[in-house]
Amino acid sequence: MVFRKLALAASVAMAMATAAHAQISDGVIKIGVMNDQSSLYADISGPGGVVAAKMAVEDFGAAKKGMKVEIISADHQNKPEVGSSIARQWYDVDKVDVILDVPTSSVALAVNQVTREKHKLFLVSGAATSDLTGKACSPNTIHWTYDTWMLAHGTGSAIVGTGKKTWFFLTADYAFGHALERDTSEVVKAAGGTVLGAVRHPLNAQDFSSFLLQAQTSKAQVIGLANAGGDTINSIKQASEFGIVKGGQSLAGMLVFISDIHALGLPTAQGLIFTETFYWDRNDASRAFAKRFAPQYKGNMPTMVQAGIYSSVLHYLKAVEATKTDDGDKVAAKMKEMPTDDPLFGKGRVRADGRKIHDAYLVEVKKPSESKGPWDYYKVLATIPAEKAFRPESEGGCELVAKK
Amino acid sequence: MSAVLPTVKSAEVGAQRIVFGVMVAFFLIGPALGMYPVFLMKVMCFALFAAAFNLLIGFVGLLSFGHAMFLGTAGYVCAHAAKVWGFTPELAIVAGAAAAGLLGLIAGLLAIRRQGIYFAMITLALAQMIFFFCLQAPFTGGEDGIQAVPRGKLLGVLDLSDVWNMYGTVLIIFLAGFLLIYRTVHSPFGQVLKAIRENEPRATSLGYNTNRYKLMAFVLSATLSGVAGATNALVFQLAALNSVHWSMSGEVVLMNLVGGLGTIFGPVVGAFVVLAMENYLATLGFWVTIVQGAIFVLCVLAFRRGIIGELGRLIRKPL
Repeated sequence: MVFRKLALAASVAMAMATAAHAQISDGVIKIGVMNDQSSLYADISGPGGVVAAKMAVEDFGAAKKGMKVEIISADHQNKPEVGSSIARQWYDVDKVDVILDVPTSSVALAVNQVTREKHKLFLVSGAATSDLTGKACSPNTIHWTYDTWMLAHGTGSAIVGTGKKTWFFLTADYAFGHALERDTSEVVKAAGGTVLGAVRHPLNAQDFSSFLLQAQTSKAQVIGLANAGGDTINSIKQASEFGIVKGGQSLAGMLVFISDIHALGLPTAQGLIFTETFYWDRNDASRAFAKRFAPQYKGNMPTMVQAGIYSSVLHYLKAVEATKTDDGDKVAAKMKEMPTDDPLFGKGRVRADGRKIHDAYLVEVKKPSESKGPWDYYKVLATIPAEKAFRPESEGGCELVAKK
Repeated sequence: MSAVLPTVKSAEVGAQRIVFGVMVAFFLIGPALGMYPVFLMKVMCFALFAAAFNLLIGFVGLLSFGHAMFLGTAGYVCAHAAKVWGFTPELAIVAGAAAAGLLGLIAGLLAIRRQGIYFAMITLALAQMIFFFCLQAPFTGGEDGIQAVPRGKLLGVLDLSDVWNMYGTVLIIFLAGFLLIYRTVHSPFGQVLKAIRENEPRATSLGYNTNRYKLMAFVLSATLSGVAGATNALVFQLAALNSVHWSMSGEVVLMNLVGGLGTIFGPVVGAFVVLAMENYLATLGFWVTIVQGAIFVLCVLAFRRGIIGELGRLIRKPL
């Protein structure tokens, strides 16, 4: 009996002792930025994502507040196994507390799973799949910048809203492309538009001429590009050669970033319409951020993915400060509880399913004559309010929402 | 290429036994030396894959450029069996390996009719078809792959979500596969394979039905690749497109070239070196693919027999 009492007292004392301590594991908040640093997605975040994370730590004033923050990075080479093993190693061996970015849906889904198992935290900026806050949602994952649902719906409904009602799709022939086409078509129809047809092209196609010809002869007002990466770039380039935009049709991209426009150049990309959640030249705060960002990253302006990393790190550090711990479960809960507010995305919040919501912008690429200088690329056509921009919580099929 | 003469002498077997002991010891105490167990499991899976590939290129002289299809198909079948059908892990691996073996039989029947570049191209074409299938088929999850595959309980008792249970299982599977390949190479069957490699018309004139031997070797290699792929899917709890991509077929060639074509231990060393580059350079932030390419060129120019091949020549014993 005496022994049991003693044991009880000891355990209570220990619990109190640890509670009194600030519970930052091994005294360091360790942030791991994992993305594609050398291949096709390197430009949308890559090394620039690390720059953005560092800026967020500085701007938060972590050093002044006595918080020790360390940032490490890795290249997942767009291979889910590599990403999964880096994530495990970071959590188990390197004591990483939070993983950032992770473009490429398959890799992000793998990291999502590992993070949930290890009760850490995963702040997604680069990956597109809306499954991360739907079927595959996890209490330890927050999807920050954008997702496929938002792109399809934002672009689809906003363009129909501008009066262009007839659509034709150029779709990459695999699950991702089909999903984009299906989602966007639904929105277009719901908004009162019509879909005249669609043509499927193989993944990583080189020659789009026959597909573009079909799109051109369809006489649709808008040609929707339900594809990604190299396919989008190639179709935009060849559409420019065919004079599609000059002929009066509009091109709508589903997955386009400002770095793509920079690579294509305005003469080729002009007139392209798509949705982004961040544009560096939108207001004073974003311009100030971009002005500090560019010199640290080879003169490039930040993409929405890099801006998302900055914003998510700020909010994460605020949550750590408030909870005085870097425990993944607790910080994730706090991040969902606190409203978000940062210079780049303004006010917003994180929903129960892990979706961070903020305004989105329908943009059109300027003509070369309208552009005042390098990186002056977009005209903002419409602002989609935060609550409408993202998929409603009830429709995602996330188990965390159903429980409520 | 034919540096290793296929005669088995006791001294050589002795040397190989020592190296085998070193290899087993390495994988046993590796985790204790601070190597990450998940990484070592991946090395073992790919070492088995590379060794299975080496069985064809090194001992029959058939360069398959589509081996990723066996690795990937088995991974998908195993992941689907474990996740959707609720198979136990051992049955899921068997299902994956069987699927790869069957695919190997079909691919082999078509491919072994030709030699050299034509053989490589047929296997590559078939692998591209499988890639397309995996991209499109509804059960593979397209770009996202099959995620969150449960590791389950081995034989219904041993919980594989424990990293050490998984490690032990992978080690046993790897060693069993490795020994099977070793045994095959040194069996009369293996002697015939080597005879085919050296001079196929002569093997035919000696009365061997060379096509049948080649087909058997092909199916065996495919099945063992399947075992590796299925085990890998369980280790990472996912099956994704990059395991059926043609670049994976290229990577296994690289592993064999770095380690040493036609050697027993070369594929294991090669797999370790290539994966270590992929893994450790990733966190250092180097351009992994460029470094890999440079090492590939260096290997081909400077030591064409690969690490183990050169080592074997140094001590004058085939390893």
